[in-house]
Amino acid sequence: MAATDTIAPATLGDRQARTGRTLRKVGLHVVLLGAGLAMVFPFVWMLLTSFKTLPQLLEDPLSFLPNPWTIANYVQAWTSVPFGQAYLNSAYICLLSVAGTLVTASMAGYAFARIEFKGAKALFIVFLATQMIPKQVTLIPFYLLMSKFGWVDSHLSLIVPAMLVNPFAVFLMRQFVLTLPKELEEAARVDGCGRWRMFWRIVLPNLRPGLAALAIIVALDVWNNFLFPLVLLNTPDLFTVPLLLTSFRGQFGTINYGLVMAASAIATVPMLVAFVIGQRKIIASLASSGLGGR
Amino acid sequence: MTTTRPAPAVPAVRRTAAWRRRDRRWGWVFVGPQLIGMVLFILGPFVASLVLAFASWDGLTALKWVGLANFVDQLTDELLLKSIVNTLLIALITVPVGLALALLIAVALEKLRTRSLYLVLFFAPVVTSTVAVAMIWQQLFRADGVLSGFIASTFHIDPPDWLGDPHLALISVCIVTIWSSVGLNAVIFLAGLQGISPSLIEAAQLDGAGAWSLLTRIRMPLISPIIFFSTIVAFISSLQTFDTVFVLTADAGPDNATRTIVYHIYDLGFGRFEFGPSSAASVILLVLTLVITGLQFAAQKRFVHYESD
Repeated sequence: MAATDTIAPATLGDRQARTGRTLRKVGLHVVLLGAGLAMVFPFVWMLLTSFKTLPQLLEDPLSFLPNPWTIANYVQAWTSVPFGQAYLNSAYICLLSVAGTLVTASMAGYAFARIEFKGAKALFIVFLATQMIPKQVTLIPFYLLMSKFGWVDSHLSLIVPAMLVNPFAVFLMRQFVLTLPKELEEAARVDGCGRWRMFWRIVLPNLRPGLAALAIIVALDVWNNFLFPLVLLNTPDLFTVPLLLTSFRGQFGTINYGLVMAASAIATVPMLVAFVIGQRKIIASLASSGLGGR
Repeated sequence: MTTTRPAPAVPAVRRTAAWRRRDRRWGWVFVGPQLIGMVLFILGPFVASLVLAFASWDGLTALKWVGLANFVDQLTDELLLKSIVNTLLIALITVPVGLALALLIAVALEKLRTRSLYLVLFFAPVVTSTVAVAMIWQQLFRADGVLSGFIASTFHIDPPDWLGDPHLALISVCIVTIWSSVGLNAVIFLAGLQGISPSLIEAAQLDGAGAWSLLTRIRMPLISPIIFFSTIVAFISSLQTFDTVFVLTADAGPDNATRTIVYHIYDLGFGRFEFGPSSAASVILLVLTLVITGLQFAAQKRFVHYESD
């Protein structure tokens, strides 16, 4: 440290330092913009390719813009597989799974945060520990259980388990409950309010920001889930959007990949638009879940 | 809690006791739904998986105990060994490279006041389903596709066959994995960097710390708990790589070059209905996950700095 003292920034001229800072900031913007555009290039290329005709895909070198533009790929993608049905399936599976998780996870999270009952600590440790079990480890017995229930090739096998168990959601909701002031509940208790009413009338309304964050996290998780729908669903009319998208995986030959890109665009663009609209909340929610609810 | 409260009147004590008795029941009611789900859909299948790992069963005939035969069979199976090597390679490439890039992006973004445009650009892949991501990249990686064409014309070499060449196929999987997760980690690190008190940075700057030593001596140690947490999460999720190899490299790549452990489990269980060996492989995945996470926790004592307050 002592050696660097002699060239400390204080010895530089003030104006010079300011110009340097501005220049560095412009440079930073240029680099970040370049990196950011490189990040979204695959999406841009997807869109451009999806509007190209077959001869344009065989050009060497490939041209950047489609000429002429065609929507034939979209028409073919939309009519060859039941995309509309898949969107309905994904939407209602997502909605029910999220609603169920919000209720059951906030209830359990509340109990672990506030109610003193025998075995609570041990049980909470079980909830923490099971997060270490990769879902794929239980895949085969889970499948066998679902076939015993008669839920294979039924959305119940995706919805009911999602509604009833999500250890991470319980952990997250417990963290959120812990941030609420205890006084709210104590005041209600003095007024003779029981636990049940206290939870629904006082705790849940105050948990709204936490619930919104959890809803986003769970919705993304359920929407993008692939392995379980892949194993559990067989009928194309029951497929979720990602699962349906895999029917373009090589099946139509790999020559007209404009069709594959059109199908990918149908599967991603609505989600990307939703993301851009809700970006602030979505990014914050996922960051907080990545920080373990901090 | 109740012992430190100012002495309440007698009826209140009785009321409190009754409340606490009822509360014990309410605890189970509130935990109930998640507890049922936990037993039915996680613990039950988990125990069954452990049982199946020591048995031979095709789902039709009676279950037969085979002891360690499935494990011996799996641990000498070249396909599983290849899957383990591939999975570890994916983890060892994507975790350090992905997190280093994320940290770089976070440090750059932290210096700016207007950053929402960049956040959207970097974060877009995070909210896109892994299947769609893999479908899109599959077309980018085509031998006659845009990337190979660009590389061939820039460096005057034959266009690389990303998904056809076994080595490149694994690297392709890594590129896609990093691309789709770097935004999330950058945002997490950014949140950590924003939590550092500016006075600490100023003090270090007064002491003459340059940009590099500010990063490595001040910022990184201060957010090291977050880096540690992200490393664990990233390792666990890369050990579970499946969607990307299944879609991007159409099943497991050329000559199983991108076969991962989870793909192996899926292939044995649902391709060949060998539930015993498949369960044994999944137990091996669990052990691997626990060992690697354990190693990281052991290493954190040396590298992770927790503030004393």
